[in-house]
Amino acid sequence: MAADIASAPTAVDHSRDPAKVRWALRIITVSYVALLVAWPTALVVKNALAPGLGAMLDSFKDPEIVHALTLTAIITVIAVVINLVFGLTVSLLLVRYEFPGKRILSALLDVPLSISPVVVGLALVLVYNGRDGWFGPWLEKAGFQVIFATPGMVMATVFVALPLVIREVVPVLEEIGEDQEQAARSLGANALQTFRRITLPGIKWAVVYGVVLSLARSLGEFGAVKIVSGNISGQSQTATLSVEETYQNFQQGTSYALAALLALAAMACLVVVSLLRPKEPA
Amino acid sequence: MATIDVVAVPGPARARRARGRRALGAGSGLGLGISVVWLSLLVLIPLVAVLISAAGLGPSGFWSVVTGPQTLAALRITVLESVAVTALNIVMGTALAWVLVRDRFWGKRLLDIVIDVPFALPTIVAGLVLLSLYGPKSPLGLHAANTRYAVFLALAFVTLPFVVRTVQPVLETLERDVEEAAASLGASRLTTFRRVVLPSLVPAIAAGAALSFARAISEYGSLVLLSGNLPMRTEVASVRVLTYIENGNKAAASAVAAILLLVALAVIVGLDITQRRLARRGS
Repeated sequence: MAADIASAPTAVDHSRDPAKVRWALRIITVSYVALLVAWPTALVVKNALAPGLGAMLDSFKDPEIVHALTLTAIITVIAVVINLVFGLTVSLLLVRYEFPGKRILSALLDVPLSISPVVVGLALVLVYNGRDGWFGPWLEKAGFQVIFATPGMVMATVFVALPLVIREVVPVLEEIGEDQEQAARSLGANALQTFRRITLPGIKWAVVYGVVLSLARSLGEFGAVKIVSGNISGQSQTATLSVEETYQNFQQGTSYALAALLALAAMACLVVVSLLRPKEPA
Repeated sequence: MATIDVVAVPGPARARRARGRRALGAGSGLGLGISVVWLSLLVLIPLVAVLISAAGLGPSGFWSVVTGPQTLAALRITVLESVAVTALNIVMGTALAWVLVRDRFWGKRLLDIVIDVPFALPTIVAGLVLLSLYGPKSPLGLHAANTRYAVFLALAFVTLPFVVRTVQPVLETLERDVEEAAASLGASRLTTFRRVVLPSLVPAIAAGAALSFARAISEYGSLVLLSGNLPMRTEVASVRVLTYIENGNKAAASAVAAILLLVALAVIVGLDITQRRLARRGS
């Protein structure tokens, strides 16, 4: 075939797909993604900017919106820190230690990603609500309200982002192996020194990647938080819940502004992730 | 590459038997203890509570909740729409993965990033995003809000990356020699694709389809603004759960939630078993 001779065998030898097929596939897939994702997303940013940048920024001065954004920030930071500490601990345990029930633990960790956020919310309410929950009344007597308060919202957020750090760190931990850690220990380093000086530098990028993913997931959680929060404006309303409320109250300018802000945060996470990935040793 | 891993595919590293794994010491034992307690309090006990609360209805109570006309309609819509969206994803996802791996053109990297947008975008924002192109003020003149098409759009949006991201890595590692051999033996391009390429992609496509189905049946956030949640017409199972919760009927909410939960677990277990089997065959 002439085409084969003309193009020396390169890494990706796309000359073998006939031009017609190639163009058809390109056009179909690109227009599908453009119509489904790219165009609508761009429109939201455009709608947010439609009343002018000043008006858009003004909508962020509304005390209820300020409160919602602050609450989202607080919940996100706490949730990410919890998931980071938990994720690192569990990753190290799964890769470096032998213990009974390991496979069950590992399987259980994947559960939160496939469960409906509404089910997550319901599950937490059943156990922690103050009236007829399993632990709720007892915790409330001890002065600790979970449901309809920040702890419940943090728990819901932690739940939905639970495995993200672990999924990134475990493969890298397995890849780098244990030789250097053993060497460090045999030279007298204690567990903390070994972790800080040997293990952590090796898994650094995987950790950052996992944190960014958890960040994006935590910022955007909606369904689970809606159920456990009580959704009271100015009190227990996060940014995503405000998007819904302002839209339904015909404050569409505010709604689009908030949505655009959240979308930009999500994009920023994506860009960070795509910049980080190639730096990882393959 | 800007790919967000959707499945923990057991790589070669996992297959390698770890030699130096240690038994638990005092510090690591404490770490394990705290982790297990936290995981139980956060995940295990609450999910068991859903199942127990659903079981509390008794078989006949459970049945009457699930077969109530509005709930049954919601379940039917959820399953039908999810199957349809999954079918679309199988075709479009495989095509997208093919284009991303085998083609080269200007803007491909951007396409690669845009595919991950549905993963990163908050679901409520996803609903608003679709509403701006397919809602009342659509510049295309397509007014799909509050219809079944809206549910389909929302589900297609949030599940877009699954098949692409499971098929893409497999396609990248596929040996071109086999295809060339098939072509040199006189197979047409279509035959080569159908008989040589497709069989090696099937496990990845199936995994992506399963994940996309699981995600579709559990979707909530993106539907809130877009579908109008009209009973019997656009109300899906997770919205039904929320309505039951808001009406204070936690037992009925648990019944529907238990169905969603069991389907999700079935998908996880199914994927885990297939992947283990494939990993064993591969090694």
